[in-house]
Amino acid sequence: MNKLLAEEIYYDMVLGRLFELAAKEHYMAGDIAGFLHLDIGQEGFSVAAMKAFEKGDVFTTYREHVMAISRGIDPQAVMAELFGKASGISRGRGGSMHLFDPSHFFYGGDAIVGGQIPNAVGCAYARKFLGQEDGVMVVFGDGATSGGAFFESLNNASTKKLPLLFLCENNGYAIGTKITRVAPFEKQAKKAEPYMLTMEVDGMDAVAVYKAVKEAQHLIQDGHGPVFLEAMTCRYEGHSMSDPGNYRSKEELEICKAKDPIERMEKVLHETYLLSSEQIDTLRQRAQKVVDDAVEFATAAPEPELEELYTEVFCKGCANVVS
Amino acid sequence: MLYREALNKAIDEAMAVDETVVVLGEDVGLYGGSYRVTEGLIARYGEKRLIDTPIAELSIVGNAVGMAMGGLRPVAEIMTANFALLAFDQIINHMAKYRYMSAGKITLPMVVRFPQGVSRQLAAQHSESYEQMLSAVPGLIVFAAGDVNYAYHALKYAILSDDPIVFIEHELLYNKKGEVDLNAEFDPFKARIVKEGKDVTIVSYLKMVDDVMAAVPEIEKQLGKSCEVIDLCSLNPIDFKTLESSLKKTGSIVVVEEDHKMGSYGAQIISWAAEEMFYSLDAAPLRISGADVPIPYNRRLELASIPTPDSITEQIVSWAGNNGI
Ligand SMILES: Cc1ncc(C[n+]2csc(CCOP(=O)(O)OP(=O)(O)O)c2C)c(N)n1
Ligand SMILES: [Mg+2]
Repeated sequence: MNKLLAEEIYYDMVLGRLFELAAKEHYMAGDIAGFLHLDIGQEGFSVAAMKAFEKGDVFTTYREHVMAISRGIDPQAVMAELFGKASGISRGRGGSMHLFDPSHFFYGGDAIVGGQIPNAVGCAYARKFLGQEDGVMVVFGDGATSGGAFFESLNNASTKKLPLLFLCENNGYAIGTKITRVAPFEKQAKKAEPYMLTMEVDGMDAVAVYKAVKEAQHLIQDGHGPVFLEAMTCRYEGHSMSDPGNYRSKEELEICKAKDPIERMEKVLHETYLLSSEQIDTLRQRAQKVVDDAVEFATAAPEPELEELYTEVFCKGCANVVS
Repeated sequence: MLYREALNKAIDEAMAVDETVVVLGEDVGLYGGSYRVTEGLIARYGEKRLIDTPIAELSIVGNAVGMAMGGLRPVAEIMTANFALLAFDQIINHMAKYRYMSAGKITLPMVVRFPQGVSRQLAAQHSESYEQMLSAVPGLIVFAAGDVNYAYHALKYAILSDDPIVFIEHELLYNKKGEVDLNAEFDPFKARIVKEGKDVTIVSYLKMVDDVMAAVPEIEKQLGKSCEVIDLCSLNPIDFKTLESSLKKTGSIVVVEEDHKMGSYGAQIISWAAEEMFYSLDAAPLRISGADVPIPYNRRLELASIPTPDSITEQIVSWAGNNGI
């Protein structure tokens, strides 16, 4: 990894953290509603995965703000979406859980756990069919590896040798349920072993995630067939803003926070790339400014018009069935 | 007592009287349920009877069917109606049909419960209503709990009954307050007359009952007429008797529902009125429903997609004008 890329990854992680903190603040102030799932603690994973998987399609879940921004979607359009505004990336109709931007090959917002996995299989088939071999990546949580569609997808993707990267973000919990209470083992890659190559990476280490995703993408692009990569992470906040998170002990949370991916990356910048504290500070300030601008933009952005209720139900002529 | 406490009390008491009652679902045990309906139960009944499942709705209901066949009384919780879609095969092909297909040799004493409807900006994949689909399945009983008293009595009845019952709750009712009447006799199949009146019958269920009640004073003021408000409670079977006597008295019927209008549940009630009560009607029936669009996130659009007290008032007043009421 060159210095520029390392800086970029660090910058995006800080941007992601500050963005999430601002989202939290504005949720509590009532500017954002619905379910808000924060990615704090997992920025290294989210950013490095997006940076590494440069080309190709990305499918992911409701915990996707940081990925969306790192994928290149304007933070202002993401924040405006959280605010439900007309300038949001889904024009206010999707909200935090549904950030879609096909121009960035980003389908970041399925809120049906595991629901995006078979979609990614289909997309990988289509891309291969059409001769586009960039590959597809599908991101999902540990909680999504017990549903039928997940196993069906492993089977289908490996039978057809599809260029698909299954990227599992294993933070150990599905809402308040520890994965080991509802699965026979801690690492879910085991479920994919009979079907495809599996790999594991420390999801709190951005550099390692970057390398692992790059390697996996090369494999799927080279016709190797699907790969399963599991990243072990932990989230600092509750599942969503509605979850007080009482099921985790203080000690457990401390252990989690001690692995902070941003501090870790900062150390890499210092030690490997010899960035000074001032240079790092400059990156932070730049990120803070972008977040402040995003909030300002979202606050000032207009609400969607009421007529919008009926637009885009169908491709053309959108029949107003109810008038 | 709160609605969610009434549901908790019903499950608790059913578990106490019958030790074959088990509860299964996502986060129902240690976490106490995402709407806190099963809070405290794991401490009382243990992990064998409060089963935390993985996120696999098809298996939650499928396992419940097998548990019922194997001698237990399962209560399956699905976190939200939209996730119940993943279990529709088990609900419709298995839960609803085993008894009939086996000529009554198999009984499935089980309940599938879930909340539905528009809450606050949960967007398209977390806001829908499926009473229309489930009430259209022969072999299922469908209850919809619109108030605290019904929530308690009907859920307890459902758990201890030998039939497969779908028990629908509403996302916005969990903190609703009310009394549980322990003295009066209770029939979960009977519709509830929320308010008596003599000029207009308004039929509704779940949270829309509250919205109708919020609209009624203004409607009555503007029309100078009185409204009778009925909470259907049991969506299948339907208490036509209560509807019939109300309709005979008022000569009119309005159905208010939150769901999308196309193919809605309310259409069934209107169809019954047209087919069976035609000569008692003095006005064209009216159906007030949600818009035929996926539910949007933005609050204004979200509210525009479903009936609200204001839009209910407006539509009923304009309908009354057109129909000489
Ligand atoms: C089919 C379905 N069932 C249940 C839910 C409710 N739900 C939302 S997120 C979640 C936990 C998911 O955990 P995991 O996959 O580990 O992802 P994480 O939130 O930890 O990133 C649950 C149960 C849902 N959205 N979809
Ligand atoms: Mg998880």
